[in-house]
Amino acid sequence: MMRLRIYYPVLAAAALVVVLHVALAASGKTYYMTQITMSAYYALVVIGLCLLMGYAGQISLGHAGFFAIGGYTIAVLTTYDLGNWRETPAIGLLRSLGLLMQWQDMYGRDILSFSPWLAFAAAMLLAALIALVIGLPVIRLKGHYLAMATLGFGLIIYRIVLGARLLGQADGISNVPAFGLVGGLQVNGRAPFRVQNYYIAWFAVLAAMVLSLNLIHSRVGRALRSIHQSEEAAHSLGIDTYRYKLATFILSALFAAVGGALLTHYNGSIGPSEATVMKSVRYVAIVAVGGMANLWGAMLMGVLLNFLSLRGVFGSFDDAVFGAILIGVMILAPQGLLQVPRWRTVTALLPRRKRA
Amino acid sequence: MDFALFVQYALSGITVGSVYAIVAIGFNIIYCTTGIINFAQGEFLIVGAMTAISLAQVAPLPVAILGAVLITTALGAVVELVFIRQVRNASVLRLIIITIGLSIVMREVMLHIWDEQVRSLPYFTGTEVSTVTILGAHISPQVLWVLGVSAVIVAALTLFFRCTTTGRAMRACADDRMAACLCGVNDRWMVTLSFMLSAGIGALAGCVVSPITQTQYDMGAPLAIKGFTVAILGGMGNSMAAVAAGLFLGLLEAFVVSVLPSSYKEVAAIVVLLLILVFRPSGLFARRDVSALRAA
Amino acid sequence: MQTRLAAILGGLILACVVPLSGCKKSPEAPAPEAAPIKVGAIFSVTGPASFLGAPEAKTVQMFAEKLNQSGGVLGRKIELLVRDSGGSPEKAISLAKQLIDEEKVLAILGPSTSGESLQIKSICQEGQTILLSCAAAEEIVVPLASYVFKTPQKDSQAAQWIFNTMKDLGITKIGVITSNTGFGKGGKTHLEQMAPANGVEILVNEVYEKEATDLTGVLTKVKGAGVQAVVNWSIEPAQGIVAKNMKQIQLDVPLFQSHGYGNIKYVQGSGEAANGTIFPCGRLLVADSLPANHPQKALLTEYKRDYESRYNEDASTFGGHAYDAILILTEAIKKAGSADPKAVRDAIENLKGVVGTAGVFNFSAQDHNGLGLDAFEMLTVKDQKFAIYQK
Repeated sequence: MMRLRIYYPVLAAAALVVVLHVALAASGKTYYMTQITMSAYYALVVIGLCLLMGYAGQISLGHAGFFAIGGYTIAVLTTYDLGNWRETPAIGLLRSLGLLMQWQDMYGRDILSFSPWLAFAAAMLLAALIALVIGLPVIRLKGHYLAMATLGFGLIIYRIVLGARLLGQADGISNVPAFGLVGGLQVNGRAPFRVQNYYIAWFAVLAAMVLSLNLIHSRVGRALRSIHQSEEAAHSLGIDTYRYKLATFILSALFAAVGGALLTHYNGSIGPSEATVMKSVRYVAIVAVGGMANLWGAMLMGVLLNFLSLRGVFGSFDDAVFGAILIGVMILAPQGLLQVPRWRTVTALLPRRKRA
Repeated sequence: MDFALFVQYALSGITVGSVYAIVAIGFNIIYCTTGIINFAQGEFLIVGAMTAISLAQVAPLPVAILGAVLITTALGAVVELVFIRQVRNASVLRLIIITIGLSIVMREVMLHIWDEQVRSLPYFTGTEVSTVTILGAHISPQVLWVLGVSAVIVAALTLFFRCTTTGRAMRACADDRMAACLCGVNDRWMVTLSFMLSAGIGALAGCVVSPITQTQYDMGAPLAIKGFTVAILGGMGNSMAAVAAGLFLGLLEAFVVSVLPSSYKEVAAIVVLLLILVFRPSGLFARRDVSALRAA
Repeated sequence: MQTRLAAILGGLILACVVPLSGCKKSPEAPAPEAAPIKVGAIFSVTGPASFLGAPEAKTVQMFAEKLNQSGGVLGRKIELLVRDSGGSPEKAISLAKQLIDEEKVLAILGPSTSGESLQIKSICQEGQTILLSCAAAEEIVVPLASYVFKTPQKDSQAAQWIFNTMKDLGITKIGVITSNTGFGKGGKTHLEQMAPANGVEILVNEVYEKEATDLTGVLTKVKGAGVQAVVNWSIEPAQGIVAKNMKQIQLDVPLFQSHGYGNIKYVQGSGEAANGTIFPCGRLLVADSLPANHPQKALLTEYKRDYESRYNEDASTFGGHAYDAILILTEAIKKAGSADPKAVRDAIENLKGVVGTAGVFNFSAQDHNGLGLDAFEMLTVKDQKFAIYQK
């Protein structure tokens, strides 16, 4: 009974997604779905980061790096033309296994590349592997040192992306093909696919939410929260704090990589701007605005703030408004936008508030 | 590599390193008293340099720089009073995020005051083409200015923190704020003072490096990232170590360029940094036993 | 009770989206003929490429205002929708989709950078919306997409001018340094490709970061290789730093810059160190010293005067690229006699002899840039001012 209750909001959110669709369709504004879809993929990064920051208490200033790892792996594997090696046995084998894809780009050129499924699997594997290698030493660090180390990781990814010819340097990679999922669904940014992609993106976000809610309400989640409150105490109770922190770090890196991978298919391209430190800082800030240990807040802010920015609502003042929101929320409503003081009475009823 | 070339690489490392070092010093002061990494430190540099450039149109250079330092110091006080002081019992992370917000807002305000064009102060001595020759290699005299000013700042800070009542009170706040309060130290004003000092030193740094780096509204963040890196590398809170670490990082980058493609010089530098972080988290120059003591 | 939280969330979503969806009601068009022609523009007015985007946005606004005051084109006014991408391709993608799907613009001017242009190229092509990019990379028009054009001169032509000048000076061993931007990448590629055919050997070939504040390290490497000249290919303020640093480490060989040097601020940034720099560029910077009968003279002096008096800052070639973009679009609308995207696109391909700031444009079905080698002039810096280069 208790276990199921945590998923009610997910159902409610799913219903709201449908309501939002109806509302947009009724007002003739279905094209907002384009930006909502893009924002949803960014929200994936924010959800993962929220798990890491809010629940495991570890900051990461390098999550744009994981987003880029996901996106760039996809982009390289699905656009790199293997046509020259068409006759080699290895390619023949891959082909017979269905791991390759033959397609035409916008100029009508034939391209033989890895299939998006294989690329997606590779992206996840690579992101998890790198998160493990980075996480092993780095998660032991605390406070500013952890911030610096993750920032350093982000910078390295950014420099590699800008420096490597294979990754397109400053221009990034364009002409990434669509990702055909099951039953005719595909991650594709073109206008006719707008509605289905809206649902695909929300499916990804809500799946991530279910996974995260499940995690924080499990034994692992309780362990994580105890780490956040007092690592020494948790440690003395026999909780392997290091392992839990590392696992959360890898999971949040995977969320970011999924976001990067799917958005790259949706946009049909990725560029180095996705790997900048400013992006990482932005994700951290959105988690803070959402209320740090508040998955729903993080998710909602992730969608909302990115939506407003992608719509260009604030024009040239986009960054300025973002900075102002950040300062305002941190000063006036440090528990996040969803818990402005006058809502305290409402939210105090919720079981999760007990910790605060 | 012949000797002159070797020296030339070293001098180029010192040029870059001197800039990193002087930026890093500012980080340390606020960190010392509050434990906050002030991400808006880079913006203080640019505000200082831009103000000086504007004032230099109507006043002689030293007056313009002095004016810029004073104005930025005042700005530091305003920032603390309006934004930081309002937040009671805040976690350090929350304060850091406020400084991130401040850095973004300040950058955008600067864009609207000074537009997107690049500007710079004139060289303090000589011109763009003058050089000082050392062991057959050449360096701009401005670098000597940067090093000199860094040395003066470090010396002045050391004297201030060791020998004045206010300085000692600030250190007391850093060590144990509650205890300092009980001894009659006004800890809130100490925080304000640390922001003013940092902003003022940042402004001075911005002015001194402006002829070398040029000044543009959005240069604050990259400079701050380097400054933060250097401050961590030296061991947070230690100004002398920050200067040493800045020069070390500059030299490292310069010699990396001599063997690797320069697009990867930062990667190499950061890998070294990460290794240091993992194996010696208290910083390159901090002795383990005193690393907890965050004196200047 | 968690559902109540979800309800609050939902309320918030709706509260934010519903007003948004209501506010942008497009006014009912009174009559099709008098309705303004919608033209979109995506420039990085802020962000790391603002030194490109800001003058570009200012220029198109000035052009459109002037045009509308004099009655517009085909009796219709131009309604310009300028968007700021902040230099981020993902934002450019979102804005391009908005302009195409929602505003149904005839054409998009910009973006300012190559990365953004390449990433929205396919979106504009599929949406059958004309893209007049103000970015340099040749990949924007090669391979050709029928709706995509670009106004700045070709990198390969700039490289050819540089090599020709080197031949005159007897230079055969050079060092190449480029910034890690799309512009730098384009230049690097072409310099590498064309050097052997021009009898030039590249001894050092380095890329530096666009935020670089000092380049003595890279230049020391160049110095160590014993080159006869340095080519710096970048578009950001670092160009000024290169000139200074070369003098400071006494690397006394000629410095060639690219056509990204077309902003007097970069010269001012390096003071007397800039003197003697040689670079290929459009004629905007030397408009005053052109002979009176030069075809571009009248247009260049007018643009320069208008821009400088209105915005109180020096005109740069970057703004000129945006000027050319909107100029070509209006010329094509006139020629097509309608604002139908297909007709205007065809008209652009048939435009010949259009005098712009970058040169004289002669488009064709194969050439979506339309500029020839003669669009460039070798310029130099004399007494911290631009002048035409003479050997």
